[in-house]
Amino acid sequence: MTLLDVHGLTVRTADGRPLVSNLSFTVAGGERLGLIGESGSGKSLTTLAVLGLLPEGMSATGSVVLAGTQILGAREKELTAVRGRDAAVVFQEPLTALDPLMRVGRQVAGPLARRTGLKGGRLRAATLDALAQVRLPDPERIARAFPHEISGGQRQRVALAAALACEPALLIADEPTTALDVSVQAEMLGLIDTLVREREMAVLFVSHDLAVVAKVTDRILVMKDGRAVEEGTVRDVVVAPRQEYTRNLVASARTLESALDLRSAP
Amino acid sequence: MTPTDLLARPAEPATGRRSRRRSATLVLGCVLTGLVALLAVVSFLWLPYSPDDTSGGRLAGPGDGHLLGTDKLGRDLLTQLMTGARIAFGAGLGSVSVAALVGVTLGVLAAFAQGWLDDTLSAFLDILIAFPTLLLAMLVVAARSATLGSAVLAIGLAQSAVVARLVRILVKRVLTQDYITAARTSGTSWPRTVAGHVLPNIWPTLVVNLALQFGLAVLAEASLSYLGLGAPPPNASWGRLLQEAQATFTTAPAGALAPGILLVLLVIGVNLIADGLRDVLDPAGRGRRT
Ligand SMILES: Nc1ncnc2c1ncn2[C@@H]1O[C@H](COP(=O)(O)OP(=O)(O)O)[C@@H](O)[C@H]1O
Ligand SMILES: [Mg+2]
Repeated sequence: MTLLDVHGLTVRTADGRPLVSNLSFTVAGGERLGLIGESGSGKSLTTLAVLGLLPEGMSATGSVVLAGTQILGAREKELTAVRGRDAAVVFQEPLTALDPLMRVGRQVAGPLARRTGLKGGRLRAATLDALAQVRLPDPERIARAFPHEISGGQRQRVALAAALACEPALLIADEPTTALDVSVQAEMLGLIDTLVREREMAVLFVSHDLAVVAKVTDRILVMKDGRAVEEGTVRDVVVAPRQEYTRNLVASARTLESALDLRSAP
Repeated sequence: MTPTDLLARPAEPATGRRSRRRSATLVLGCVLTGLVALLAVVSFLWLPYSPDDTSGGRLAGPGDGHLLGTDKLGRDLLTQLMTGARIAFGAGLGSVSVAALVGVTLGVLAAFAQGWLDDTLSAFLDILIAFPTLLLAMLVVAARSATLGSAVLAIGLAQSAVVARLVRILVKRVLTQDYITAARTSGTSWPRTVAGHVLPNIWPTLVVNLALQFGLAVLAEASLSYLGLGAPPPNASWGRLLQEAQATFTTAPAGALAPGILLVLLVIGVNLIADGLRDVLDPAGRGRRT
């Protein structure tokens, strides 16, 4: 069953410059699609368009159907219902994606309360449980902390916990490891992989790094300058890239991989 | 937890000495404001004389049963200063409440307004800000009567334009932040986003501004009373005390000096509080980006 159906999506700036052009792809329930392309290729705008959250002044045309709801042109009320329930996002930069003045526990409790209707002590227990599920040590302490009081890796786990608290049908992860220290990136990837598998969620995984995307997704869509240039299974794209652009992405991923191998060798 | 995690955890903001100096500012401000507030509070429980007791003799000097002397009608000056403190606080708190209520509502609306509505609201606020508070007060007094309530309403309305313009800018800035988008992606409605994320994040800057507005409101009320546009005669606003003592300043300076000094103390006090709050509440101090 198709969960997300993007067809002919075009995103334009206020002065009509297209930033995403005629993009089409689908994500089935439980499927994992990787969206890959160099920085500035329109990946983040695509994910925002999927939730009807484009920056002010930008407009989208085409069709985005998420769990049966046409997102483009939908009213605010419909969108609020869809967001969280049908799709939730983990952003690249966990420090700015968390409210600096709100304790971390409350930021997870908010979406949790909205979905489950829990209150008081039971909401607290569920929040601590949600923090424990993303393998945060000492959830009690973390829940009481402000974002600046915990490390980058911990912040991203909190952001993941907040997204998962919505139990969305589709998890959108926009470069969730890019801002992290190299040493915690693999852990974070593994965590997303496990948690999403347990919940049988579909994933739209965005990255500029083919090596990262290849680890967690089944299928890959390659973007360049707001257009799709190649699509296929991870195997096909990595082994037999059809485009020069994709070949470069593969090559740079290889170089990085071998560099990492060299580094981690004793 | 990995070693890098430990290293990456930001230490307490490296502003220890600075924030201690700032909190000293806050303490000094609270002490000054508190002293004047104490006069106001005590005035409800105890006054040296009844406010309309004129038995003291005209313009008696300090001492002799009247700690600060009497005014030209023979009323005890300390008594008048104490009831004046009530009026000063009433004017400050009242005006700031009006300014906060109207200003925050208008400011949030203006921040969300698009197109012509945004332009109209902004123009309206600009005009209201350019409009002299005194003129506005005269209009309000003309429409109602010269009471403390009219003065508070006029000052509060004039200040609400300043607050609204500030709130509009602050809200617009917060709305561009990632955590707002993040909250929206998880299905937080606009009203909840504003109440849960936008207002708390503009609050530190807003509360500092409201403290400054408090000081300005106290001064504005004193000016209005000085001009006879404030609380009517039996009420001893400091502004009116100043005006009444003006003619006899050379022979009985205490009558003008005392309310003047209290006014200065209170205004300096709340300004110090605002200054101290600025750093204590500043999100950049708490959530220092490293
Ligand atoms: N708020 C914005 N206003 C104007 N241009 C933007 C905005 N956000 C992104 N862009 C532009 O849109 C293009 C695609 O951006 P983005 O989707 O963030 O790329 P990616 O996520 O693939 O790195 C870039 O050229 C970027 O400069
Ligand atoms: Mg991006």
